[in-house]
Amino acid sequence: MKSAIVFVAGLLFALGLAIGGMLDPARVVGFLDFFGAWDPTLMFVMCGALAVNTVAYQISKRRERPVYDDHFHLPKQSAITPDLVLGSAIFGVGWALAGYCPGPAITSLGSGTLTSVILVAGLIVGSLLGRSASKLFEKQS
Amino acid sequence: MIDDYLFVNGLIGGAMLGLSSALLFHFNGRIAGISGILGGLLPPREDPAWRALFVSALVIGGALVELLMPDKLGAPVQPSLALIALAGLLVGFGTRLGCGCTSGHGICGLSRFSKRSLVATITFIGSGAVAVVLMRMFAGGAA
Repeated sequence: MKSAIVFVAGLLFALGLAIGGMLDPARVVGFLDFFGAWDPTLMFVMCGALAVNTVAYQISKRRERPVYDDHFHLPKQSAITPDLVLGSAIFGVGWALAGYCPGPAITSLGSGTLTSVILVAGLIVGSLLGRSASKLFEKQS
Repeated sequence: MIDDYLFVNGLIGGAMLGLSSALLFHFNGRIAGISGILGGLLPPREDPAWRALFVSALVIGGALVELLMPDKLGAPVQPSLALIALAGLLVGFGTRLGCGCTSGHGICGLSRFSKRSLVATITFIGSGAVAVVLMRMFAGGAA
């Protein structure tokens, strides 16, 4: 059952991205194009997601533990740290460049295009480099 | 040029993302942050099986999209594969360093009223917006 939830959640995620237009990089970049031909679709996607997930979280947090695990796996860090801001800024640039964030990038691999393969290859290498960079920030704090 | 936008489909798609995140959290106690799920495989951390399963489901979902609604898959905005690789690199690096992406911070974090996620979300959207302005100025429109 635990694995079934993971699989269903993943499928639902991919289909949700598709229906919401988030597998169309031009539309995603269009959202970031505030001063040009602005496309608000991503904002509607976020609204739909937050409407559901905000309510769901209030329900879930009343439990001591999730249904199939002994504790909720929540982030431990609560302070605003320099790596959070720097990392997010860098992510934003990459996102604007190709119109893909991690979810759509991995999902688009299902279409098997050369673009998606190169994109995800870059994603993997970048993530590994980012891990090394994170450690530098850890040492400083 | 985008002159139409998805209002209803955007909300529906978003609701599906929200439901996906809710299911993963309520039943398995995990955050549906894609960069984090992928990051937990690079290198494999505790319990990599569920992460590999989730990522596989995303890819299978993508294949289903290709099969059933291929018009939802948009053409690349970058003709240059080198720039695509760079974009992937920046996204991978930035999300790892920043501990999250649009799903982790934008959907899951904001749903929990996380200050960190609010700062992260404002930052990556702001940064993206500035990047688009600069790209339009210097490349005469990259998209």
